Amino acid sequence: MRALLFYIGCIIVGGLFFAFAQWLGNDYLFFAGYTVLQFVVLATAWNILGGYCGYVNFGSAAFFALGAYSSVALHKLGANVDRYFPDWLSGLAHTIMPLNIPTLIVIGGIVSGLVGLGTGYLTLRLRGAFFAIATLALAVVLQTLIVNWDFVGGSRGAYIIRPAEVPILGNYIQYLFLVMLVLSVVAIAIARIIEQSRLGYGFATIRDDEIAAEACGVPTLRLKLIATTISGALMGMAGAPFPYYIGYLEPSSAFGLAYAVNSIAMPMIGGTTSWVGPLVGALLLGTLQQVATVTISSAVNLLIVGLLLIGFVIVAPRGIVGLVQEFMRERASDQGQPTWRSRLATFANMRPGAR
Amino acid sequence: MTIELLINAIIAGLLLGGFYAAVTVGISISFGILDIVNIAHPAFIILGSYIAYIVNQTLGFDPILTAIVVLPAFYALGAAVYQVYHASFEKRGQDALRGLAFFFGLLFVTEVMLILVFGVDYRYVQASYIEYTLHIGFMDLPFRMVIPCLMSLLMVLLLQLYLSRTFTGRAIMAVSQDQLALRLMAADPTKIKRIAFAISIATASIAGAFLIIIQPVEPSVGREYIGRVFAICVLGGLQSLPGTVIAAMLLGVVESLTATFSGPSWAPAVSFGFLLLTLAFRPAGLLGR
Repeated sequence: MRALLFYIGCIIVGGLFFAFAQWLGNDYLFFAGYTVLQFVVLATAWNILGGYCGYVNFGSAAFFALGAYSSVALHKLGANVDRYFPDWLSGLAHTIMPLNIPTLIVIGGIVSGLVGLGTGYLTLRLRGAFFAIATLALAVVLQTLIVNWDFVGGSRGAYIIRPAEVPILGNYIQYLFLVMLVLSVVAIAIARIIEQSRLGYGFATIRDDEIAAEACGVPTLRLKLIATTISGALMGMAGAPFPYYIGYLEPSSAFGLAYAVNSIAMPMIGGTTSWVGPLVGALLLGTLQQVATVTISSAVNLLIVGLLLIGFVIVAPRGIVGLVQEFMRERASDQGQPTWRSRLATFANMRPGAR
Repeated sequence: MTIELLINAIIAGLLLGGFYAAVTVGISISFGILDIVNIAHPAFIILGSYIAYIVNQTLGFDPILTAIVVLPAFYALGAAVYQVYHASFEKRGQDALRGLAFFFGLLFVTEVMLILVFGVDYRYVQASYIEYTLHIGFMDLPFRMVIPCLMSLLMVLLLQLYLSRTFTGRAIMAVSQDQLALRLMAADPTKIKRIAFAISIATASIAGAFLIIIQPVEPSVGREYIGRVFAICVLGGLQSLPGTVIAAMLLGVVESLTATFSGPSWAPAVSFGFLLLTLAFRPAGLLGR
């Protein structure tokens, strides 16, 4: 019941924003909204591994770019079917290519998920710091590979000419926005389901005390691999539609440090223990950045994110959700009756099983 | 011809490795000995490069000399960073996740500030020896590589002597193993760690000067070094400075060979390969126990 209400609520909120933006008739809102929603997906994905398991992934940009570049590669294949496919296959290829965005998202997710699984398998058996460093290095290496891979444009970058219109909706950017909206609802739903399942309990034991968890028979390595794969796959999914959004993709923008920083800063600032945190952090920070990019400059807005990250980590380690919880607890109940504050506190305190 | 190319590539790699040792020695102290995952170290190195650049441009001083003069400032900076880290994370016992995020934020903020102040143009320094190359037979010994390599080996040697011969140095080596025993020797673990971390940041000043002698620098160059320094540090067995030097030389040679025979754009991938292979097959490092 509660879950159903939650999904209905998500769809209503998203639908309202969509209707509002369409009513204003300003495409910029869709462009900005797409970026914010993309960060919602990235932050939620990062939090599945970082927040629930306590393993820091610095390579969000790598997984994101993998998704984006698998789309570029498939787009190129689709645009030059006759050149890359043998004759007996070209008929079939012509019917399925060019692939539509949802298919590309699934493929991007699979590619990134597999890379996440591989990296995790090699490094997750060691201390957490090694995994963090490996992901950081992974971004550099994948960038090197892409720079040297001529098929997807190398360091020159690749142009993606997006179709002018889509069948039902008409406007392409509105279509992309809707896709990203659905994807972010899916990401949040996955995070929420994980949190309330046995998997979530398992993750929490790893975060709190991995050795004790191992001793109690929790299959820690398997759980960590599951988390890394889901998290990486979601990041790849967030990246897959990106080339169609941006129109021109080059390695240094796809692997930009901004993605890595934002996907860490947003959950950290929002709060890492529940799905609410990344959502709040991404909406706040994403909107703030959109405003700052337009009004000040894009370098300054990155500086703001960095300083906010350092500040929150030092002063408010539990993020905005933690601050709200403390505020609510102070006046949790009014003569034994639950107040709106205590209700909000219960809502924000979405640890596994805390119903 | 090919043999000459090969030998020259190996020499270039060894010289590069000497420089990598200077870059990594700070990480070997902070990450290897103190267990503080200071991923912001490359950012401090770039900061050192830019200080050397400013002084060289305005006053014409030698970059390495400048780096030695500003050592105390870097030492103080390191002590301050450790103080914040200790008060916010170590004391509260939640240093793993948030400590990493803290250093990552530091790395990012330093880089963005440098971009805001200096832009993304490549900067370089001038010194009399940079242009000079010694030719022995078919071997080339460019002085812009030789000087940093020799100076860096000297620095590592001095640090090794300090760590193994003095009381404070031995206390630093001991701090990660047994803090209680250290207290019984009348040494305050926090103070010892602060000294060690400050020294590790101080080495970044010198490594930064070497970096800008070897190649032109722009703010995001530091990121390429993150993979490298940790690969070398892990391969070298985390705590051992001699291990660090050997691993640095090894990585330098392999990178140089890769750059010579498959093109320089592939070189950054080598370190990650090294790191992954080491983590997968020999996490204790070459000289590890």
